[in-house]
Amino acid sequence: MIVRDGIAAVFRAERARIVATLIRATGDWDLAEECVQDAFAQALETWPREGVPRRPGGWLTTAARRRALDRLRRSAVEATKLREVAESTGYEDDRDDGGIDDDLLRLIFTCCHPALTLEARVALTLRTVAGLTTAEIARAFLVAEPTMDKRLVRARRKIRHARIPYRVPPAHLLPERTGSVLGVLYLLFNEGYSATAGAAPVRRRLCAEAIRLARTLVALMPDEPEAVGLLALMLLHDSRREARTDASGELVALPDQDRSRWDAGRTGEGVALLDSALRRGQAGPYQVQAAIAACHAMAVDAESTDWPQIALLYGQLAKLVPSPTVELNRAVAVSMADGPRAGLYLVDALADELAGHHLLHATRADLLRRLGRTAEAAVAYREAASLAPTDAERRYLARKAAEPARAG
Amino acid sequence: MKYMLLICADPSLDATEGNPTIEQWLDEVEGKRLDGSQLRSRSDATTVRTRGDDVLLSDGPFAETKEHIVGYDVIECADLDEAVLIASRHPVARYGAVEVRPFVEV
Repeated sequence: MIVRDGIAAVFRAERARIVATLIRATGDWDLAEECVQDAFAQALETWPREGVPRRPGGWLTTAARRRALDRLRRSAVEATKLREVAESTGYEDDRDDGGIDDDLLRLIFTCCHPALTLEARVALTLRTVAGLTTAEIARAFLVAEPTMDKRLVRARRKIRHARIPYRVPPAHLLPERTGSVLGVLYLLFNEGYSATAGAAPVRRRLCAEAIRLARTLVALMPDEPEAVGLLALMLLHDSRREARTDASGELVALPDQDRSRWDAGRTGEGVALLDSALRRGQAGPYQVQAAIAACHAMAVDAESTDWPQIALLYGQLAKLVPSPTVELNRAVAVSMADGPRAGLYLVDALADELAGHHLLHATRADLLRRLGRTAEAAVAYREAASLAPTDAERRYLARKAAEPARAG
Repeated sequence: MKYMLLICADPSLDATEGNPTIEQWLDEVEGKRLDGSQLRSRSDATTVRTRGDDVLLSDGPFAETKEHIVGYDVIECADLDEAVLIASRHPVARYGAVEVRPFVEV
């Protein structure tokens, strides 16, 4: 049993790297995944009998390679490909030349290639890098399993047919492509963190996978401060997970959260990572967002939060990635720093652009309530509730709509 | 690897001003471009369908879209990244669109 658990742990740690190496060697994504699966099945059979090899990852890579070689021989592919796969079935040197890590990075960049749709990038990353099953990914994104399967098949086919290169992009493409990788990981995390629907365990898994992938990326690209910034941002958000809902599953807004339930370990790690990234002096959107999350994480309560600093950071973020939602968040910070009237002025300027967005109305409602304009606040809360995408948010806003009559 | 670049543009736009010329692009892609040409306007197109023993002709293109295929280029390059780079430098890419289609390899 202990060996079995050990194999499961090795599988988790090594699977993506071995798949990445097999894809490079065979050029065939399906074959690579199947052969890695076979290699683990073989480990489950032989390790309990013969003991765990000294380098389990190397053993598995070799087993998967041999398996691929067998299959390719049987299907009689051209000799050059066979030679490529056959070349390094001796695994002793695999770990020392950095080749395996390079393969993993190649895999991540290829899964996130911008010639694939964003949905395909996300699905392919979860399937091939994170190792989720097609059924799990389908559940996470609330689509039928055959639909998700088709999406994956189509993505793999385009990689092959259009010859999307299996490589870490050259320097002139690297900033843009790194942006695509970070965007996919952040989307994954957000899907889990603020999912519009879906069961809680599935969402937690998405967040955990996003953080795990971000850790991998940081280890592979230690000189990329935005990767570190993204990891810090995820950890800082995730540290609040337990405090975001109450015992009955209702949403708790940031100012009302019990901060003793924030995960101090995650917060500490997030802040330390952010500091190390910012020291490089190349601030980008993820680092700025992490800095905002850190301002919240380091405040003992909502009142003592450094709101002027947060307002400044949102201003900086708006310059890097202009968007009305960033402006809306800036308005909230300004209202906390300079009062609700200043905030309302900024929010009203966004009324046209964000008319269909529940957060605009929820923010307006909160500011009107703070200004004592309770009737208008109730109307705005109801408008927000009617536009909110999740049940939890609808219930929260409907509760608020009933509140302002008694509190000012 | 061979790719077909389908050069698409709204012919009512004349956006040649200030853009690099096709000659500059042709110089750049020398050695990578196997073939290519501008095409006559689609009012000169004839669409042919054979149904059973009947050959059906219609005047005009097979699909009505705002952007027309105004030309094509066949390029030979290493992978999609290189094809995208070449397509992105085509003068029409600045105001129209270039569809990059891989050939079926035999």
